[in-house]
Amino acid sequence: MSTFLGLPRAVDTSQLRGRPFPEAARAAVADPQLRRNLGDATATIRAKRARVVGEVPDWESLRAAGAAIKDHTLANLDSLLLQLEAAVTARGGTVHWARDSAEANRIVTELVRATGADEVVKVKSMATQEIGLNEALEAAGIAAWETDLAELIVQLGHDKPSHILVPAIHRNRAEIREIFLREMGAVGLPAPADLTDSPPALAEAARRHLRQKFLSARVAISGANFAVAATGTLSVVESEGNGRMCLTLPPTLITVMGIEKLVPTWQDLEVFLQLLPRSSTGERMNPYTSMWSGAVEGQDFHLVLLDNGRTAVLGDPSGRSALRCIRCSACLNVCPVYERTGGHAYGSVYPGPIGAVLSPQLTGPELNATLPYASSLCGACYDVCPVAIDIPTMLVHLRAQVPHPAPERAVMRAAAYAMGSPRRWAATRSASRAGRLLGGRRGRIRSLPPPLSGWTASRDLPVPPAEGFRDWWTRTHGSPPPATPPPAAGGDGAGAA
Amino acid sequence: MRIALFLTCLVDAVVPAAGRATVEVLERLGHEVVFPPGQTCCGQMHVNTGYPAEALPLVRRHVETFEPYEVVVAPSGSCVGSVRHQHAALARAAGDAELAARAAAVAARTYELSELLVDVLGLTDVGASYPHRVTYHPTCHSLRLLRVGDRPLRLLRAVRGLDLVELPGAEECCGFGGTFAVKNADTSTAMLADKMRAVLDTRAEVCAAGDSSCLLHIGGGLSRLRTGVRTVHLAEILASREGVA
Ligand code: SF4
Repeated sequence: MSTFLGLPRAVDTSQLRGRPFPEAARAAVADPQLRRNLGDATATIRAKRARVVGEVPDWESLRAAGAAIKDHTLANLDSLLLQLEAAVTARGGTVHWARDSAEANRIVTELVRATGADEVVKVKSMATQEIGLNEALEAAGIAAWETDLAELIVQLGHDKPSHILVPAIHRNRAEIREIFLREMGAVGLPAPADLTDSPPALAEAARRHLRQKFLSARVAISGANFAVAATGTLSVVESEGNGRMCLTLPPTLITVMGIEKLVPTWQDLEVFLQLLPRSSTGERMNPYTSMWSGAVEGQDFHLVLLDNGRTAVLGDPSGRSALRCIRCSACLNVCPVYERTGGHAYGSVYPGPIGAVLSPQLTGPELNATLPYASSLCGACYDVCPVAIDIPTMLVHLRAQVPHPAPERAVMRAAAYAMGSPRRWAATRSASRAGRLLGGRRGRIRSLPPPLSGWTASRDLPVPPAEGFRDWWTRTHGSPPPATPPPAAGGDGAGAA
Repeated sequence: MRIALFLTCLVDAVVPAAGRATVEVLERLGHEVVFPPGQTCCGQMHVNTGYPAEALPLVRRHVETFEPYEVVVAPSGSCVGSVRHQHAALARAAGDAELAARAAAVAARTYELSELLVDVLGLTDVGASYPHRVTYHPTCHSLRLLRVGDRPLRLLRAVRGLDLVELPGAEECCGFGGTFAVKNADTSTAMLADKMRAVLDTRAEVCAAGDSSCLLHIGGGLSRLRTGVRTVHLAEILASREGVA
């Protein structure tokens, strides 16, 4: 047994929880522009992913390998992390350990201050969003510039990301053009006055704006997609090249990484470098894979290893596999709930199905009690997950841990009691047939009291028929039903009724 | 063959026609159907809403009720999914290894209707006749928990007079999800709206499925909009002899 178990959760929940999901979703569902933007984007990427995954004959074996490597890593996380620390240190890097977001933010802020810099360039990173690093740096008088195109749009729009991979998925081109024209000038090179909303024009404006930042910044901050314990190698996988600029130009590089991003050896990477791009962007291979081990000549390298609730997740055998997640976002793109609500409704930097299981586990389920219910349990997320996380089963597991509203608990207990014996069950069914009295026109119930009013707001309910199944059975087959097969009556006995 | 009917609580309470039709199809094919009277509910609603302790006695009752039978059938992909994927796990989590083993044994003998007909009885033509334009919603639990694949479609294609039209986006959830439809009514309604649009696009008279719960949802929406499209359980179509002299 080499896994840390049952450590107390130390986590600042500000980036991991928001309004209750049903309430936030109501606003999103009512926004037709948002629905259209999300529907178009997810449909496109869904089709692309399905096509390229379909090309790989051994996808299911790859998927099983990905799951197995991650499970092995999680089971040996303590020793592998020490191995990583030793390898990074031996190659001239410095490793810092952060229990929670406050600690991580303090470490990073002090590292930046020590360089004398008052601005940093950032590679898109979920871990730094999770801890609210940009806000913490800003409070310390340090400007953090996002260099990923979509993150830049979100940052300039004073907005929050709503997708793991496509943070500005909720915006269309016209909206992006407006944001660029309005905001770029205030923080750097302005967008050209004649900017159109064609994708190349928007990309060019972003590129020129960002180039200035790359050339002046002396500190870069990144996340990591993977870390190899044996060699101390960190890896960032991206598709615009902005990441590579950040990783190589500034003399100081600070990487903030969740402790679950580890893999044991270099060979293990080959599995994930196949699984990740096909699952996330629907590409066969991602355009830029950067890898570095420790510090290179003339560069200062720091690695911040972040817990922030992860060891608590590790302590739950039924929830642990959420830490296999490689943040590909495939589960978001197939989720019918995400498609209608977008990411903001989840109130966390981790939206969609993985957010619905990860956020409550990181914060403790009572602080995110509505997220495990933000799913119809349709199972599409499990089917696409490249590391085979059984999200539906985990959602059900978490639903059992969250506090339940008292009226719901009463109804569930009463139903369980009634279903506890056939006699009581038969009695409630006679009562439900009395519900025929509720029936409106055409044998349909059109309105019920809360909480069932949620159903009748948009749906009718059929009136229970006059003759229930058991009555029909008794009338046609007699009662009680035979406990043993009737004696062979000659002939074939077909049509026993 | 002697087949035990697992009726499911929803069919029992609200839509008995699906249960009657299941009995009729199997008897017409020459099988003996028995209705174990001790059954109430498989406990899926309790498990999925976060009440495993309340569900455990229901699981025990279900196992005891169906243990004596060689073959069990239910006209519901969702409830068979619960029996197969939740019962043993729930018993195990509660520390009852013996019940878990018995639950797994019952689950191995429990089939959704199209599985029973195609895999166990080796049939695709059950002698039905149903001269209508029909579209089929495969339902998430039949599709992903049970992997029934095209079995229901093969059965429908063999029905006399039936004009089967493909449902666009068939594999997308209709938004039912048990208590999801009530707890997240707005999102559920948005999903239902898209499913209804797809159904109406087919110009079918009938939307069929193998799960009464999803049909209750889709049918409830179609009825509210007064579309005139009917929802019908697969079993009712297979039992139908419409137009046969
Ligand atoms: S849970 Fe699976 S599908 Fe979702 S982001 Fe993580 S790895 Fe991708």
